[in-house]
Amino acid sequence: MNINELREHLCETYPDLCPLFSIEFGDGVLAVDADRLLDAATDLKELGFDRLSMVTAVDRPTHLELVYRLYSRSMTAALFIKCNVDREEPRVHSLVGLWPAALWQERETFDMFGIVFEGHPDLRRILLPDDWEGYPLRKDYRDDSVIRRPDYI
Amino acid sequence: MTAEIESDACFANRIEPGVDELVVNVGPSHPSTHGVCRVIVHLDGEIVTKAEPVIGYLHRGIEKMAENRTYLQVVPLTDRLDYVGSMYANWAYCRAVERLAGIQVPERAEYLRVIVCEMQRIASHMMSLGSAAADTGAATMFIYAFDQRERVIEAFEELCGARLTYNYVRPGGVSFDLPEGWTELVLQFCRDHRDGLELIDRLFFGNVIARGRMKHVGVLSAEDAVAWGASGPVARGSGVNWDARKHDPYSVYPRFDFDVPTGSNGDCYDRARVRLFECYESCRIIEQALSQMTPGPIKTPGMPRLLAPRPGDAYDQIESARGTLGVYLVSDGSVRPYRMKVRSPAFCNLALLPMLAEGHTLSDLVVILGSLDPVFGEVDR
Repeated sequence: MNINELREHLCETYPDLCPLFSIEFGDGVLAVDADRLLDAATDLKELGFDRLSMVTAVDRPTHLELVYRLYSRSMTAALFIKCNVDREEPRVHSLVGLWPAALWQERETFDMFGIVFEGHPDLRRILLPDDWEGYPLRKDYRDDSVIRRPDYI
Repeated sequence: MTAEIESDACFANRIEPGVDELVVNVGPSHPSTHGVCRVIVHLDGEIVTKAEPVIGYLHRGIEKMAENRTYLQVVPLTDRLDYVGSMYANWAYCRAVERLAGIQVPERAEYLRVIVCEMQRIASHMMSLGSAAADTGAATMFIYAFDQRERVIEAFEELCGARLTYNYVRPGGVSFDLPEGWTELVLQFCRDHRDGLELIDRLFFGNVIARGRMKHVGVLSAEDAVAWGASGPVARGSGVNWDARKHDPYSVYPRFDFDVPTGSNGDCYDRARVRLFECYESCRIIEQALSQMTPGPIKTPGMPRLLAPRPGDAYDQIESARGTLGVYLVSDGSVRPYRMKVRSPAFCNLALLPMLAEGHTLSDLVVILGSLDPVFGEVDR
């Protein structure tokens, strides 16, 4: 299913999600608010997105942007969900109940960005030691061991 | 990490051992964990009641390091992700860069990428099967499998000068064209490899001990495989017929005739079996690619040394030996990636371990961990 067919299918089934849909670099992107994330994800799962292939975040200058990539085997289509969360107090509902694949990936996102996933059964650091301070993939993270590579260019 | 924190983290906080429960720490540095993985195992007698993988011992912060390098300088870092399958991470990263920067890749380069990645699949599966055999006590088979892998690695050495960290696939093409006589070398390898696979089939899969150790151990249902985000031979062993090369095709894969082997029981035996059959399919793809390939450029002409893609984000994925390997890149218009995320199949597959190991013996845990084929360079990144 190509991206325009996906858009039509989405708009027919869930008209309220339709205005949030856009196309970036050939991929379908659904931009939702943090408080609507769980509802939108539930709808998308019913639409046929059976796989949660990736959970990550990007530290934008003003906010943290959560990125989910869903994949549907029956429609052979991928869809990104993007969700902006507050930088100071990042909280969002966990999707573990829908896709257990989120169990470790949300832990990793918490580990690296400090985003708190409410309802996650086991939210603690996964790659870094439990006593690590700070969230390394945030742009304002400072550490004595991080050396800025000189500009050769 | 200090000793107090260590003991605090693993014993005092989470674990309240009952009278009959024994907590055993497997790893982090133990041959059966295939790298640096620690598993906190709760045992009732010899039966695992709970297994909790502790990862991160090989975390080098590659995603953070990538933010500090130019797009081309990141390629050698991707070699260090999956160190038994470096070509995959090279390619996945380059595909994401090419998508972000709108670079067209010459056809010959696409064929070369397919050939090296299929050879890499053979090398990686031989490593996996060999260590699966070593885990079950069949040390002889380990040598036979590594003999096959060695021939792939020698061919790669001739191609690009490196045995493990190839840095071969670059944005816009590949680094070297085929050396003289390489095609014949690879075709001869494909012929010999089929005989090698027959031998492995008889020696290992026909062995009653190996079958007994792997059949009905660590059963993963197809529904769980999809819901938990498993991919690659782990998902296909459970009967999930999904392979990015076939069902979400990229590069020149639609031009090849090949099958996607799947299992039916979802146990360790089926996962290993799928890997064995994938090696046959890889041989078929290599032979077709070598015969279809035409001379031509191997790099996009006029590729700038400093790429500065327009702001935006791009994701692209390939089918690696472990599953769907994706790279998500965010550009802010500068010469360095704003963010790089590696969607690691080994990481997602390893998350299944607690579920699969429960109810099996401690010795089966080793087999199950081996059948998930984790590579900790990629799990920990």
